[in-house]
Amino acid sequence: MKTEHTPNEVSIPEATLRKWEARGVSRRDFIKFCTATTAAMALPMTFVPRVAQAMEDNRLPVIWVEYQSCSGDSEAFLRANQPAAGDIILDVISLEYSEVIMAAAGHLAEEAKQQAMEKYKGKYVLIVEGAIPKGDGGVYCTVGGRSAVDSCTELVRNAAATICVGSCASFGGIPAAAPNPTGAVSVMDLVPGAPVINLPGCPVNAENLTATIVHFLTFGKLPATDRLGRPKFAYGKRIHDNCERRAHFDAGQYAEVFGDAGHRQGHCLYKLGCKGPETFHNCPTIRYNEGTSWPVMAGHGCVGCSEPQFWDTMSPFYRRLPNVPGFDVEMTADKIGIGLAAATAVAFGAHGVASCFRRGDNMEQDKVIEEE
Amino acid sequence: MLQIRYVWEWPVRITHWVNALSIVVLSVTGFYIGNPFVTVHSTNQFVMGTMRVVHYGFAYAFALSVLARVVWSLVGNHHASWREFFPWLTPSGWKRIIGTFKYYAFMAKKPPYEVGHNALAAMAYSAVFILYLVQIVSGFALYGQFSPGVGWYSFFAPVLTAFGNQGLRLTHHLVMWLLIGFAIHHVYSAWLMDVKEKNGTLSSIFGGYKFVEPEDL
Ligand code: HEM
Ligand code: HEM
Ligand code: SF4
Ligand code: SF4
Repeated sequence: MKTEHTPNEVSIPEATLRKWEARGVSRRDFIKFCTATTAAMALPMTFVPRVAQAMEDNRLPVIWVEYQSCSGDSEAFLRANQPAAGDIILDVISLEYSEVIMAAAGHLAEEAKQQAMEKYKGKYVLIVEGAIPKGDGGVYCTVGGRSAVDSCTELVRNAAATICVGSCASFGGIPAAAPNPTGAVSVMDLVPGAPVINLPGCPVNAENLTATIVHFLTFGKLPATDRLGRPKFAYGKRIHDNCERRAHFDAGQYAEVFGDAGHRQGHCLYKLGCKGPETFHNCPTIRYNEGTSWPVMAGHGCVGCSEPQFWDTMSPFYRRLPNVPGFDVEMTADKIGIGLAAATAVAFGAHGVASCFRRGDNMEQDKVIEEE
Repeated sequence: MLQIRYVWEWPVRITHWVNALSIVVLSVTGFYIGNPFVTVHSTNQFVMGTMRVVHYGFAYAFALSVLARVVWSLVGNHHASWREFFPWLTPSGWKRIIGTFKYYAFMAKKPPYEVGHNALAAMAYSAVFILYLVQIVSGFALYGQFSPGVGWYSFFAPVLTAFGNQGLRLTHHLVMWLLIGFAIHHVYSAWLMDVKEKNGTLSSIFGGYKFVEPEDL
């Protein structure tokens, strides 16, 4: 019987599935990819056929550049433990330039990049990995003799959209951590106003990158973002509000030190400095390495890697609160506070004792009548 | 002859006690939230959850009470007026500030004779009201994050962007200690003035009345 709760039937045309089979992607893998990506974008399952359709129609030109980076995001993407997803994505995009995997090198590679940019002007998607050092005229990072500032600005201006992968491209990340010797900035700060989406994380979660690309393929535009330019489907909820240890947090069960009884029983990592309460990311639901695990599941607190300037603002990583500026690192907010309260009590206590012995400061003394 | 004067109208008294009670409860629950010193043994308990619910409940009460007192400073009697809190704006206020300071510092025998707040206390209260506002803004900005994009979150998004989540937490935490420091000093001073002025200062914050000798004014 069909009730209003029975979902509509969702199917991918047989011909599409056959085509992917011919390319070496099993129908099972393709259906999995389409449904998982639709779910990651927080779309209802009725969108699966549209996603499958979009995967067929496209051959999206993509340029992937790296500046001040560790290539961790490239690694995360290429070594996604889900070979089918990597294959499918690499099949529907045409990766025109990527330092990590391209065969060309030197001037030839630079030429190819320049040509791709001109040929697909206004049509290609740019993926940026790493921060851009603006300090001292941009001398701290040059590729093929051109400063990162110049080449990145040009590439962003000519792109249909730019996807920043990882915290460095999104917010400056580790290169921009204090004292930021190279004057590193994010793409958003380098080219304000350009259509840029941020996928922070250290590294980016490959599934979020895949979902962002598929969103662009399916709808022709970038997904809706939060106030920091991060897609809401991936950064719309706090780690703490989706965490599997949350019940222990609410109950009041905490690991006090690594390896203690609470830690072994999977209690909340709040007192070990977990920054889940200040971090917006979908790690608890998507997880890493094909949904195998994520930091809190593995027993380590979140360090807030997907928030701006996390290296400075989220440290010390093993304490809940930052150090109080101007005080020794061992002086926590509570130690300072207790000292302040004690000093106030002592000072006013002394004032009180002195006031008790003080003579002649009473008002209306002449009106006081001593009781018998 | 001594007069009995109605100094603190009921909104002043009620907001005072709602604030005082809220601050005690918010400090205890807040301290637990910052540093959960009780670890429980079973997931069917709800200690942190309860602390947070109570913190947010009193947070709303506190915020409304502070708002009400600010409104009353515009419509209440002149002892409650916002002008009272800024004695340093007028020359006569400066005289009262110096007079009170000299008394506290044992440099003068008697403090200036006051009906409402003494000048130093009024200045301290204006600072305390700023701390109240800091707690309310930082508190609601942190609170809103459970539901991003709407409500308190959108309202206080600029604050989150400017000070960062951890910056707000640290501020919220440190201001608690400043308020505790103020409370210690405040209760002491209220007692001191009650003894020395003999005008019913302490009971005035319960009943509203003070005993005033018009000749001394
Ligand atoms: C005088 C008033 C208040 C005091 C003394 C106070 C104290 C505290 C303290 C000490 C903490 C722990 C901070 C930390 O170490 O992370 C805290 C947390 C918090 N307070 Fe307050 N608070 C006050 C008012 C408010 C108000 C008005 C709100 C508004 C909703 C609020 C909302 C919060 C929130 C959301 C947290 C973080 C809770 C969490 O992380 O789960 N507080 N408070
Ligand atoms: C046993 C507890 C307390 C007693 C006996 C007490 C007593 C008093 C008295 C007598 C006054 C009027 C004083 C004057 O200015 O002439 C007053 C005003 C005030 N008290 Fe308290 N107080 C207590 C707790 C607190 C606490 C915990 C706070 C906040 C941290 C606080 C904040 C204030 C403020 C802001 C005013 C100015 C009130 C206004 O004009 O609205 N009090 N208190
Ligand atoms: S482990 Fe971290 S994110 Fe999870 S409930 Fe505890 S504090 Fe929150
Ligand atoms: S758990 Fe926290 S630190 Fe770890 S990847 Fe997720 S956001 Fe980054």
